[in-house]
Amino acid sequence: MKKKLLVLFCLAASMLIYLSCGKVLPGAAEDDQLLDGPVEGLTSEQKKAFLRGDAAFNNEIFTKETGLGPVFVATSCGTCHAGDGKGHPFSTLTRFGQSDTLGNRFLNNGGPQLQHRAIPGFQPEKISPGAAFSNFTPPANTGLGFLEAVSDATLLSLADENDSDGDGISGRPNWINVPAYSFIRSGTIIRSDRKYIGRFGKKAAVYDLLQQTVNAYNQDMGINSFYEHINTYNGQDADPEVTNQTVQDVVFYLQTLKAPIQRTTNDADVQAGRQLFLNSNCGKCHTPQIQTGNFPIAQLANKTFSPFSDFLLHDMGPALNDGYTEGAAMPAEWRTPPLWGLGLSKNSQGGKYFLLHDGRAGSIEQAVNLHGGEAQQSKLKFGQLSASDKIKTIKFLESL
Amino acid sequence: MKQVCLLILTALFFAQANAQIDPELLRKPQADTGSLKLNMDAVYDRPFAKVGKLPVALGGYMEANYQYLGEDGVTEGHQFQMRRLTLFVSSSISQRIKFLTEIEFEDGTKEINIEFASVDFEFAPLLNFRGGIVMNPIGAFNQNHDGPKWEFIDRPISATQMLPATFSNVGFGIFGKKYANKWVYAYEAYLTNGFNDRIIENSENKTFLPATKPDASRFEESFNGSMLFTGKVAVRNSRIGEIGLSYMSGAYNKFQEDGLVLDKKRLATIYAVDFNTTLPTKTFITGEWAWVNVDIPDTYTEQFGRKQQGGFVDIVQPILQRSMFGFGKATLNAALRLEYVDWNKGSFKSTGDKVGDQVYSIIPAISWRPTSQTVLRLNYRYNWQRDMLNNLPSRLAGLQFGLSTYF
Repeated sequence: MKKKLLVLFCLAASMLIYLSCGKVLPGAAEDDQLLDGPVEGLTSEQKKAFLRGDAAFNNEIFTKETGLGPVFVATSCGTCHAGDGKGHPFSTLTRFGQSDTLGNRFLNNGGPQLQHRAIPGFQPEKISPGAAFSNFTPPANTGLGFLEAVSDATLLSLADENDSDGDGISGRPNWINVPAYSFIRSGTIIRSDRKYIGRFGKKAAVYDLLQQTVNAYNQDMGINSFYEHINTYNGQDADPEVTNQTVQDVVFYLQTLKAPIQRTTNDADVQAGRQLFLNSNCGKCHTPQIQTGNFPIAQLANKTFSPFSDFLLHDMGPALNDGYTEGAAMPAEWRTPPLWGLGLSKNSQGGKYFLLHDGRAGSIEQAVNLHGGEAQQSKLKFGQLSASDKIKTIKFLESL
Repeated sequence: MKQVCLLILTALFFAQANAQIDPELLRKPQADTGSLKLNMDAVYDRPFAKVGKLPVALGGYMEANYQYLGEDGVTEGHQFQMRRLTLFVSSSISQRIKFLTEIEFEDGTKEINIEFASVDFEFAPLLNFRGGIVMNPIGAFNQNHDGPKWEFIDRPISATQMLPATFSNVGFGIFGKKYANKWVYAYEAYLTNGFNDRIIENSENKTFLPATKPDASRFEESFNGSMLFTGKVAVRNSRIGEIGLSYMSGAYNKFQEDGLVLDKKRLATIYAVDFNTTLPTKTFITGEWAWVNVDIPDTYTEQFGRKQQGGFVDIVQPILQRSMFGFGKATLNAALRLEYVDWNKGSFKSTGDKVGDQVYSIIPAISWRPTSQTVLRLNYRYNWQRDMLNNLPSRLAGLQFGLSTYF
């Protein structure tokens, strides 16, 4: 009898285990809580490229044997962009050497980027005496493909370089030189001096995601590629340490990362906060919606998206003027950072906020209060809000 | 490699020979069933079979399992794994000279290692000399790691991902034991080849002592010309249990080459404490805790921890001991393992906040032993892994079912 009971117990336990297989695993977070994941509608072939790029971006750790350094900032892409979100002061990088629009005079002294770490046996770089510098906290990667798919004409339509509408907010593109390897997208507007509109980076000094990617490999990790093959340590030409295919996979991954999904959109406070945000003219720079144009990746073409940025340069006043700049931007000018994903920033920053270009703001309110220049009036309006309205505005921003 | 093949062929020859002979000729040497065995005895405390009058004894164990694990909602589905097949060959060369080797095939034939191959000379109970490939006695698990002895399918994270178990090196050393009533005292001390710089230059993106293991050249030369010292003292009381204290230290970097000094000598130093006991309720408790200190250049990334710590504790409670399915002395156990590893005990220079990079794990288990040398085990694993920034932990969990047996 006891033997039969034991057999029955074992069978029942086995059945229970079999049935519970899918339920014993940790569930996935809701899609709107995650910044990683692809845009909808990718083909099977595109999904495979996305996965290859994901693996190269998040899993590939560089070592001395695979080309790391010898001077570097981080050992992998994922080190700086945990979960594809904003970075942490640990992975904040430093750029130095350029203080006006005439270019970087410290390119032969390690500029423009400081590699402050080194593999054993090598000495890291130091900032050259007298060089202006600024710290850049890594941005989130999310939705970058949508930005790449915006036409130059759309960006120019958002600009008001001479403040012709008299609202105190101008906004202008950073006109930059484009590396020879960049693929010039159709509809590109070229200024008479052969400059192009930059759209990536804190100063909008990068033309496209290919340039962003190969610069990061080279400047952040010391990984040379077919595209950027000058060794950051000795300035010599070096063999590629990453294949073109991997670079292209990473570019595709960055292009096809989904846009952040806004949360709690039906919350009355969030809705009221949005209106307060717009009433304070914050949306003049943090543009709520933009339309993409024609683009080779169909899933990104002619779509409306909500970055809460115009991707243009704005003078942010003396408090945010570090004295360093890039391209044609002035030191006090910064590209409007997209606010999408703001509420999820803490999830990749160790549970704290490190906001603004160098992570100096520990809260959204502090970040607003550090605005100046073209944003001075909006900051004052925010400051005049009642405590409850401030909370609503912040709730809205955290819903993004 | 040729030697490995030769040993395998030899083992296969004996296995074939076994099939041709009367099983009555396979003699199981009488095991020492005394209660004063230590973890250091584990290497010889295994079931061996002798073939007729041949001066060698053979043995081994295997481990296979099924698992269904998922991390944060993503699973790789159903997986069957042949974790390892290990062969032992021992020989009493004379009354007081013994040889033993352990050859391990992991994940099929993905990894083939000589884990142990040494000759022991007994000069006195307190003075034995051992030479060859030895297991560095850091902690207890590295000495006592045979699958059939454990109720858990996975080896402890702290032992295999922080400490480098199973870790063996070429070298020499001495060991000895002294019995006094209900007590036994023991020591071990070895000088061997040791670590290399991969412990801080690896694709794990953290200080990772096991990264030194894939470098098979450590069996023919020291990476940096220096020796790794490993020492352990242990004491057991037949009623209380055993406690061991171990220490391992050696340079891991290439500090000189061709007579040129390249860097200062940088040490990796490990301290460990291990214990095990059986309570009057027959509850068996075993565990170990270790501290790792690695001298890493200040100019290298904080990603690689200068200090690590971690350990595990296993609690095994027999809940049924009786004849089951015709197995006369079968045992059904309930067990629990708790694990913790902090791969980076430092703080960020930039914020002063504590670096993350920790894992917590809990594994409830049921095991069934039809004999003491064979175990069927069902584990449920749940891990919480924090990244170095201390973001919300990723959660990994799932079921594992497996078997392990000596043969």
